[in-house]
Amino acid sequence: MSENFSAFLYLTAAVFFILALRGLSSAKTSTKGNVFGMIGMGIAIIAAFAMPKVSSYALTITGIIVGGVIGAFVAKKIEMTALPQLVAAFHSLVGLAAVLVAAGAMSAPVSFKIGTLEHIMHGSLVEIGLGTAIGAITFTGSVVAFLKLQGLIGSKPMMLPNRHLINVSLGALILFALLLFVFTEGHFFFWVLALASFALGLLMILPVGGADMPVIVSMLNSYSGWAASGIGFTLNNTLLIVTGALVGASGAILSYIMCKAMNRSIISVIVGGFGSSDTSADQSSAANEQRPVKQGSPEDAAFVMKNCSSLVIVPGYGMAVAQAQHALREMCNILQNNGVKVRYAIHPVAGRMPGHMNVLLAEANVPYDDVLELEDINRDFPSTDVAFVIGANDVTNPAAKNNPQSPIYGMPILEVEQAKTVFFVKRSMAAGYAGIENELFFRDNTMMLFGDAKKVTEEIVKALES
Amino acid sequence: MYHVQSVFHKIVDISGELSDAAAMLTTIDLAPIGGCSQFMWGVTVFVLACFVGYYVVWRVTPALHAPLMAVTNAISSVIIVGAILAAGQAESAFAKIVGFSATVLVSVNIFGGFLVTKRMLAMFQKKDKQEGRG
Repeated sequence: MSENFSAFLYLTAAVFFILALRGLSSAKTSTKGNVFGMIGMGIAIIAAFAMPKVSSYALTITGIIVGGVIGAFVAKKIEMTALPQLVAAFHSLVGLAAVLVAAGAMSAPVSFKIGTLEHIMHGSLVEIGLGTAIGAITFTGSVVAFLKLQGLIGSKPMMLPNRHLINVSLGALILFALLLFVFTEGHFFFWVLALASFALGLLMILPVGGADMPVIVSMLNSYSGWAASGIGFTLNNTLLIVTGALVGASGAILSYIMCKAMNRSIISVIVGGFGSSDTSADQSSAANEQRPVKQGSPEDAAFVMKNCSSLVIVPGYGMAVAQAQHALREMCNILQNNGVKVRYAIHPVAGRMPGHMNVLLAEANVPYDDVLELEDINRDFPSTDVAFVIGANDVTNPAAKNNPQSPIYGMPILEVEQAKTVFFVKRSMAAGYAGIENELFFRDNTMMLFGDAKKVTEEIVKALES
Repeated sequence: MYHVQSVFHKIVDISGELSDAAAMLTTIDLAPIGGCSQFMWGVTVFVLACFVGYYVVWRVTPALHAPLMAVTNAISSVIIVGAILAAGQAESAFAKIVGFSATVLVSVNIFGGFLVTKRMLAMFQKKDKQEGRG
């Protein structure tokens, strides 16, 4: 196959990938978008098989089948609540693959057309080194994110002493190893570079708290793209460069959106520390401990909701963990049949990855048009009878608006406190991920419903039916 | 492996080579394409693709951000092109092994990513149909 023809195939695949992302702009075209993505990938794989240096296929095809079966199995079995950790795990695979491909290119330079052994072109060595560094950081970073999301290690930020110093030293070591690798082509330096990058990825994500996970998951998404782009430069393959750039840009935009939704700078997220209770938060919670809250029963909530005319549901990660979306949908069905206007309000960082809550509601068959974004629903709260907050905390905390001392001050919130009555489903009085007390609990128009989100909702359903 | 002494020699050499590095970047390797180096060609493609990505992704509706992540994850596995090349060449056994491993890893991603996206999108579609009925 001529070089030009394979370049044409790569171009075609790139166009399909662009169409895939474009397709996701609306729910109607999204399925088509996904199919475009698959077609693009199919073309890319065929073009890769046709490369003149590829002489044996058995090993590769075996690899694709083995990986494909595992991937298909996981995709079929995974719970939608576990989506964030699945995506994190997937990112780690791309990162590790980038390191492996770079190592392969270094060991077989003739096949990769980047020179001969011990005489690889300097430019290619730079590209191999950078691709490896980004890939390695993506790999260990994603593994830590996965472990945190899966609950295998605590979601609280882990603070090493002198961690900034350690990170800077590791960065310097990576740079130094890269220089030595470029000028000596010593494989030893390649592995030093890779190991230091593995360590940096680990140390970068360990200090990040659970509340920042949506940002981290999208940031790692971005990194996996840049890693692919880096390898694309090594291979002089425009498809990899284009695709990597698309994915990188996509992840960067999502990170930006998530950061804006939390009023945080991306730097402060990466540097970490949100969620470690600082002194001011501790003091306020100590002061609040003795204050009374109104506690209600599911029956009370059922009675009030049955007799109201408009209801806004605010789901959070607590709902997801309890798998309460189906019970919630059932509750809303009954209320809607009673003539109550029911809508759902989604905060951009509700859940642990961008758009996670939308997927969970979709899973429970909540109509698309009933689900509203923050900007669209906030002006409606003053005319809402009941706000039903289920497993969400930080995204409704009025401290973000009126307490400049609060760590979440300035963050856009769902202004549920303006509704006539607020029901707050929560397991206990414990603070949310941001580690701060929610002023809302102590308001006159707030009623706390303590308990597991699913159990409480089911009891409300029972009370509504009786 | 490199002896400490030779490493130091290299470091000394590097200072000299560094000054050449800037010049090297512009004359980088490879066959020129349309008057520029292949590297510059790559950078051109990269920067333009970043813009395309920027404009396309902003149009994605927030409700579909989770499927967007799953899809971008799947398509970043296009790195399989490099893995296939490494696994299929006959030059280095080591490259064959790492190429095979990389192929397995990204294949998990390709199939897993596209299929989980399909599952998610089906949930959104199901609702559209229901709305049509209601």
